[in-house]
Amino acid sequence: MAGCKILFVMGCPEVPVQTSIVLYFSNKLRKHGHRVTVAGTDAALRLLSVSDPEGHYIENTMDLDQCIADLVERRIEFDYCFVFMHNDAGMTYGASISVISKAKLYAIVFGKNAESIAETIEYPAEKIVAKAVHNPTPLKNKLDRVVI
Amino acid sequence: MSCIEQMKYKLLLERTSFKEAREYIEKNSDEVYYVDPGYKIFKDYYIIGVPPIAMGAKGKDLLFTYVKPCHGAFVMSVESEEEIDKLRESEKKKILSSLKKGRK
Repeated sequence: MAGCKILFVMGCPEVPVQTSIVLYFSNKLRKHGHRVTVAGTDAALRLLSVSDPEGHYIENTMDLDQCIADLVERRIEFDYCFVFMHNDAGMTYGASISVISKAKLYAIVFGKNAESIAETIEYPAEKIVAKAVHNPTPLKNKLDRVVI
Repeated sequence: MSCIEQMKYKLLLERTSFKEAREYIEKNSDEVYYVDPGYKIFKDYYIIGVPPIAMGAKGKDLLFTYVKPCHGAFVMSVESEEEIDKLRESEKKKILSSLKKGRK
């Protein structure tokens, strides 16, 4: 099914795999005909814009706080939402998205504490967990199995 | 940047987990109310958290959680009788609505 509206919610960009995985997965979904919007902090979005200055992989971005406000006020909605997380704050954002959005939720959990963070997720979300910090391949391989 | 960062606030707990922030509010407030993620306070801050999200009243101060992706959860307090009144009113409405449902 093409033409889905998909939201990526980026966590803190301190774990290196996040930026490359977001670029990779956004590109893949776009090639399947989906529309991807990436929300993140100013630092997370700057990493993307420097890596992809001409927007080949990332089409739309938005400030994370604005994204939350727009979801709550029903100004935007998505079919699928991928929340990238490697710490408690990321897990907390995922919990909020599970309440304020009707999108099917995926929790993409990575970083050195991936397993313990994943165990704290008690909200409805499909969990994709890989202990990836510098090497994105384990996470990429798991995301390649997601079919939209 | 949310309006909160430009307000006169006190930081009561810094860079902690959301669970610990919630417990701090529950233990250190005169009154505790629970809201869902997305509850709006002040001009433009939508509360982020794992439900049930605790919000507290201590004297004239509103105690609430503030989550930043790179720094974790904070407990902040801001003097605001208006926001405390909003929580009390919302709690009253919840109780009345559950009483009405109980009568049906």
